[in-house]
Amino acid sequence: MSTQKITLAKGLNMGLRKAMEDDDKVLLMGEDVGKLGGVFRITDGLQKDFGEDRVIDSPLAESGIVGTAVGMALRGYRPVVEIQFDGFVYPAYDQIVCQVAKYTYRSQGKVKMPIVIRIPFGGGIGAVEHHSESPEAQFAHTPGLKVVACSNPVDGYWMIQQAIAHDDPVIFLEPKRQYHADKAELDESATPEPLFTSRVVRPGSDATVLAYGPTVKTALKCAEAAESEGRSLEVIDLRTLSPLDMAPVYESVRRTGRCVVTHEAHVNLGMGAELAARVTEQCFYSLEAPVLRVGAFDTPYPPSRIEEEYLPDLDRVLDAVDRTFTF
Amino acid sequence: MPDPVSFGPDLADVFGPSQTDGGPDLVQLLTPEGERVHHPEFDHDFSAEELRGLYRDMVLTRRIDVEATALQRHGELGIWAQLLGQEAAQIGAGRALRPQDYVFPTYREHGVAYCKGVDPLRLLGLFRGVDQGGWDPNENNFGLYTIVIGAQTLHATGYAMGMQRDGVVGTGDPDRDSAVIAHFGDGASSQGDVNEAFIFAASYNAPVVFFCQNNQWAISEPIERQTRIPLYQRALGFGFPGIRVDGNDVLATYAVTKAALQRAREGNGPSFVEAYTYRMGAHTTTDDPTRYRLNDELEHWKLKDPIERLKVYLRRNGLVDQEFFDDLDAEAKELGHHLREGCKALPDPKPLDQFGYVFSEMTDEIAAQRDEFAAYLASFEGSHS
Ligand SMILES: Cc1ncc(C[n+]2csc(CCOP(=O)(O)OP(=O)(O)O)c2C)c(N)n1
Repeated sequence: MSTQKITLAKGLNMGLRKAMEDDDKVLLMGEDVGKLGGVFRITDGLQKDFGEDRVIDSPLAESGIVGTAVGMALRGYRPVVEIQFDGFVYPAYDQIVCQVAKYTYRSQGKVKMPIVIRIPFGGGIGAVEHHSESPEAQFAHTPGLKVVACSNPVDGYWMIQQAIAHDDPVIFLEPKRQYHADKAELDESATPEPLFTSRVVRPGSDATVLAYGPTVKTALKCAEAAESEGRSLEVIDLRTLSPLDMAPVYESVRRTGRCVVTHEAHVNLGMGAELAARVTEQCFYSLEAPVLRVGAFDTPYPPSRIEEEYLPDLDRVLDAVDRTFTF
Repeated sequence: MPDPVSFGPDLADVFGPSQTDGGPDLVQLLTPEGERVHHPEFDHDFSAEELRGLYRDMVLTRRIDVEATALQRHGELGIWAQLLGQEAAQIGAGRALRPQDYVFPTYREHGVAYCKGVDPLRLLGLFRGVDQGGWDPNENNFGLYTIVIGAQTLHATGYAMGMQRDGVVGTGDPDRDSAVIAHFGDGASSQGDVNEAFIFAASYNAPVVFFCQNNQWAISEPIERQTRIPLYQRALGFGFPGIRVDGNDVLATYAVTKAALQRAREGNGPSFVEAYTYRMGAHTTTDDPTRYRLNDELEHWKLKDPIERLKVYLRRNGLVDQEFFDDLDAEAKELGHHLREGCKALPDPKPLDQFGYVFSEMTDEIAAQRDEFAAYLASFEGSHS
């Protein structure tokens, strides 16, 4: 089977196309997703091939986009909606947490909500405010929603298809900084790993680094740098934030005895807090040091000229790794 | 000093103070005195059978409401959202629906639910706290009650857009052509979701009827706090027709809703029906309307009672006899009995039921929490309390 080198943007685009070919109930909706192909061009060319009834340019109303998707799902469709940027999901927050997340529960399982809400998330692109946020914890904290984050082109291709085929609502986070960054080899004939699983992306023995979305790349760079200093870091790409797939994490931490979590979102009450609590509960006797978190400060996202001082970078993660060796 | 720029007359001058008679555009087919009047656009020939049916529906709907209110007073329901006075608005709209039409209700559409064939007993579960909507929305094409006000208007619009894509709009086949109706209140008309729903529906020409029961109050807030123009006139600003109908006149509500639904089914897009009515009861059983509204107002609206006016009309025209009323009385008693006995017999959910249906399939995480809780509960078994 032939393989090709693709970016994350291309992987997502190909994945969406495949999902639309496989199931004619799949609809795309959002601001500018049609003719323009989305502001990041993720839906490029899809309206041309699938028509305006399946790739729908919506009015500029996020609650409207998500709320009408609920109705379409009730009618048997599988809507995939695009929120243009992370910071603009909040007008739809009520529909997401009160309607999308609860319909199945309220109907005692009689109604399914196979909706995918795609959100380009995270910073590092030099944007103005509201274009660089990491709202994942708000959704992972909501029962009834599943939350996943892809980190590379191949996962982008498979995970978007799996999310669309899944019968529950999925918040699908795409690290926008990575859209057009690195290319990877895609083999379309391969069998993908299941959607709600985390994965060891670099084996190691001295400490475990947990990351997802944009920080996976940072964590991998750390591992490379640490190796030159004679330290072996294991990096796990969580991929799924709700539900969490903790088995590979526990296995790893029991072996390494040390754990550092890194994400772009604020540290306070973020995913790192949850991960640290779980690792502590399950791996208490194997831990040589407390689980440390490296994330954003508990401040609003700063002006982009200083975002590099805000986002967890190679040095801050390495510093945390070093600290776990001082206990 | 130059004169200030004029944008035209002040709206309050144009529309005057709030009207209690609904104003000159109110569509009416039956006056509060029970006189049949005619309307150039929305007239309808009602057979005696139809008229008796509408009367029966309103009486039974009031009975559901009265029984549920009493059940709340007896502690059987935690709360109840009463509809006293809104029977005509709901039965008129409910009877205008075809089986293939889909309803997106608020929390007060007991009469519409009844028209859609939902067992009234099923409505009590939410208010008793044993479930969050005990009916299958797809069985009766009657959605779950929605508590967040206005949210369902978007669901309705999305559902209507789905109907368009399914090719069940404007086919010319009356058994196939379908529409959606979205119910909401005058207070809800201020919500962003409702306004977004208007925009989506207009933009895609979706087959949806927005049906607002303007019962004059949103808990304690009067209609004047929601709008400075008559609500139905808002529709024009969104690009579709708005009609104000006498919501205490079941004939007019039926005729207007039927026309609006037909328009939607034929592919001519959304419309807005403002059913001008009055909430004679409290907002819910926890509310105390004496704190914010005058008794005079209630007395005024009592004279417009939707059931009384049809009763007068039926009697005066010899369309009913005593046997009809006796039978209906017996039927209402039977319904009351069904609700009273049924309510008390509604099973409480089991402690472990709360873990079910968070997702379409159980996840390992939730299963683990359920099992842990089950073990915890089991640890009490056999211990003496
Ligand atoms: C978003 C939201 N805000 C507040 C409430 C609390 N609340 C419940 S009903 C209601 C008044 C609604 O009035 P209206 O829309 O006129 O409908 P009515 O109950 O009078 O039929 C309010 C404020 C709510 N349910 N949802």
